[in-house]
Amino acid sequence: MSTPQVGDTLPTIEVTLTRADLVRYAGASLDFNPIHWNERFAREVGLPDVIAHGMLTMAIAARIVSDWDGELLDYSARFTRPVVVPDDDKGALVEVSGKVGAVNDDGTVRIDLTAKFDGKTVLGKPVAVLRPRS
Amino acid sequence: MYEVSREKIREFAEAIGDPNPLFVDVEAARAAGYPDVIAPPTFTTIVNLAAINRIVSDPELGLDYSRMVHGDQRFTYHRPLVAGDQLVVTSYVDNIMSRAGNDFITLRAEIADANGDPVVTAKAQLVVRDAEEADE
Repeated sequence: MSTPQVGDTLPTIEVTLTRADLVRYAGASLDFNPIHWNERFAREVGLPDVIAHGMLTMAIAARIVSDWDGELLDYSARFTRPVVVPDDDKGALVEVSGKVGAVNDDGTVRIDLTAKFDGKTVLGKPVAVLRPRS
Repeated sequence: MYEVSREKIREFAEAIGDPNPLFVDVEAARAAGYPDVIAPPTFTTIVNLAAINRIVSDPELGLDYSRMVHGDQRFTYHRPLVAGDQLVVTSYVDNIMSRAGNDFITLRAEIADANGDPVVTAKAQLVVRDAEEADE
């Protein structure tokens, strides 16, 4: 994407998360909170089942700008809904899309992302700000 | 001090399923102008989370970790994070407020390199849900 225009869309990403993916991410990120791998514990604290790490969803959403030719300056999101990951081989499908929300005067570009699970957004206002390589 | 290794970056990139060669291929990273492989955008969650855990487990704050959820997260990048970086984290409690029985804590981690130059600022809001409300 050489000269981004407001409204340009980025290629979407679909990721299926299984319990194995959560265990792997727990090890990689050193986030061993049991709500991400222990169903008994998750239910005890009022969750419907084991849920994905919010930071994993945020990492997956960032993949959409990963091969952008430029520098990432800022990345933020709110965690609004859990991605519930069942104990089966099917897992949970997370869909990420993105579009250019603004091209700023200083040349930086704002990408507005959307991450959905079960048809509903799971991240609130996920936004990446990049500076395209000149 | 946390030393960023090529292997940890590779492990993290694989765990998030990001195939970007700049995370795993030193030659590709150098060809793109970086001194070594770079880390994925959320990689500093490793040191940020450790800093968060140190604060929320502080008995003086009296927070109930089991009722805590991550409300939001923001990373501001001062330069790309590369393998070999030695990170020093300084944490700040920017704000604590109570609303409708829930506690909202804003934490900021200033992540710098061995020279003291800023690399990433990580800002997190944590929410400790009201115990009674959560049990309803």
